[in-house]
Amino acid sequence: MDYQVILQILDSTLRLATPLLLACLAGLFSERAGIFDIGLEGKMLIAAFFSAAIAATTGSVWIGLFAGISASVALAMLHGLASITFRGDQLISGVAINFLAAGLTVLISEDWFQQGGRTPQLAGAARFNPIDLPFADTFSVVPILGPIYKEVISGHTILVYAALLAVPLTWYVLFRTRFGLRLRAVGENPGAVDTAGISVTRLRYTAVVICGILCGLAGAYLATGFAAGFVKEMSAGRGFIALAALIFAKWRPWQALGATLLFGLLDALGTRYQNIEVIGFNVPVQFMQALPYILTVVILAGFVGKAIPPRAGGAPYVKER
Amino acid sequence: MDTLPRWADVILIPVINLVLALLVSGLVVLYIGENPIEAIKILLNGAIGSTRGWGYTLYFATNFIFTGLAVSIAFHARLFNIGGEGQAAIGGLGVALVSLSINWPHWAVALPFAIIGGAVFGAAWAAIPAYLQARRGSHIVITTIMFNFIASALLVYLLVNVMKVPGSMAPETAAFPKGTNLPNAYQVLGWFGIPFNKFAPLNIAFLLALVCCVGVWALIWRTRLGYQLRAYGHSESAAVYAGISPFRITMIAMLISGGLAGLMGINAVMGEAERLVIDSVQGAGFVGIAVALMGRSHPLGVFLAAVLFGILTQGGIELEFEIPAVSREMILVIQALVILFTGALENMVRAPVERLFQRRKKRSS
Repeated sequence: MDYQVILQILDSTLRLATPLLLACLAGLFSERAGIFDIGLEGKMLIAAFFSAAIAATTGSVWIGLFAGISASVALAMLHGLASITFRGDQLISGVAINFLAAGLTVLISEDWFQQGGRTPQLAGAARFNPIDLPFADTFSVVPILGPIYKEVISGHTILVYAALLAVPLTWYVLFRTRFGLRLRAVGENPGAVDTAGISVTRLRYTAVVICGILCGLAGAYLATGFAAGFVKEMSAGRGFIALAALIFAKWRPWQALGATLLFGLLDALGTRYQNIEVIGFNVPVQFMQALPYILTVVILAGFVGKAIPPRAGGAPYVKER
Repeated sequence: MDTLPRWADVILIPVINLVLALLVSGLVVLYIGENPIEAIKILLNGAIGSTRGWGYTLYFATNFIFTGLAVSIAFHARLFNIGGEGQAAIGGLGVALVSLSINWPHWAVALPFAIIGGAVFGAAWAAIPAYLQARRGSHIVITTIMFNFIASALLVYLLVNVMKVPGSMAPETAAFPKGTNLPNAYQVLGWFGIPFNKFAPLNIAFLLALVCCVGVWALIWRTRLGYQLRAYGHSESAAVYAGISPFRITMIAMLISGGLAGLMGINAVMGEAERLVIDSVQGAGFVGIAVALMGRSHPLGVFLAAVLFGILTQGGIELEFEIPAVSREMILVIQALVILFTGALENMVRAPVERLFQRRKKRSS
């Protein structure tokens, strides 16, 4: 494997990791506040559709992004309504949201565009286009580091950089602000937060909406940055990989970056090579695809460091009566 | 807690939920610019207006009975088995391995072995998440989701690299030997002189599904094990106090659940496709969740809900044919709304209904 190939693989790793990272951070906010969310997939999918559809009709990717985020937040509010207001089962609500998104996106795209569940191809201002970072060409002559800067770090869409920035931001919000402290507390012991006179309902809704916004970014990136348009079922299980990454990272932001980059790398390798030789063994591509899930099960099993979810996760909060 | 009469709990609330789900779906159809009443007519006519329609409807329903029962039995032990999809896929693999193993002389000989194959493979696929839940406390919802993906990758690998017919491009196994082909409804009803559509996929696995309904009912409400299962589902601490082992109940509930999901392969793989293809389950594992919620985890309810979803699936396909603007993904939306209203938003309907009944009770007393 020469250096150029490694750079290409790392470049696509970053591309493939971005939607995972955004969705993973989305799940982080929600689950840290005690709301389990297996509906990341559905929110990504609906955001992917609406961002591409609105970008295609208006010609502006920014209006598309706004539409995608709005759609994702709408589903997030539905999840909030079911799991916070009506104290329903959060897991079942997540399942419903995934199906709702899978069905609605195809139905509406058929109605609007009649292209077999696709949106028209996006081009120009209707897409997020790659940005060349300053001096990318100047530095490219520097050995080793120059090409890394030019090939891997530079030349992505703005959403990739936004996702990377979201990591320190999430860390800061969760661990260095009063809001973050309360948010984490509400996921561990909502009763204590309530006693302190802070509204559990409001905090949890806020977390769910942040989750919706981040999922919206993830979906919009898929359809308007990574690809050039929406295709039916285009989230393709990424919401679940993000969920796996979240557990893998044990609900922490920096580790989420690591986990999503690892899963992105697996995806990049699997896309590039159909079979990989590792010490004489032929590793099939399907194994590479299944590896994120296998690793998550191993982590969940607690054989390699135990993953302990937020304590109040999944349980609706009932004020004492 | 008995604020609701039993009939309201088992009939009124599910019906309200269903009506709400259908109303919202009707709004979606209206939005697309089609007539919802017309759509329902086409749907019903396509699903139950002919023996062909019935043959497909009940074929789909058979799949949903298996996966619905699988989710239900886990629900009774308060376990949410979301892995029906993967368990059914691996169960189909078991059925295929049995069917391809020898040149079976007659389907009646092959069927019991195929049942064992499907159930054992499905149960085995549920066993690992069950063990991890029972012994290591890993959340079963997450592990079963992961196992769905692992199952799908495993099947693609096997079909592309191992079980494919040499020289063929299609990622599927060879057709099963003639001696494993289950009689379909046309043949079975023919024995009694009843005419039926010749090409509909409804087959003898439907009867197996009915037997499973009765079996699950007897197990849950007529055996000691079923009592323990329900007791554990109601209160883990009380069950432990009564000497019920959580490990044992979790394992047994999940093994039966996985086994039932695995039996779906008898219908879809052995009965219909007569070979193992990629994605033989086609989402039926997830429909099972809606079916179990709608049917209140009772075998009779599961049966009725499964037939309802069979009608929606078959009718949805016909609907797409007649009104292309309403694609078959409509069924996904209806399914989502049913899960939403009967599962997640249950209290939205239940609370007002309970209040209504309480007010009436007060007035009469």
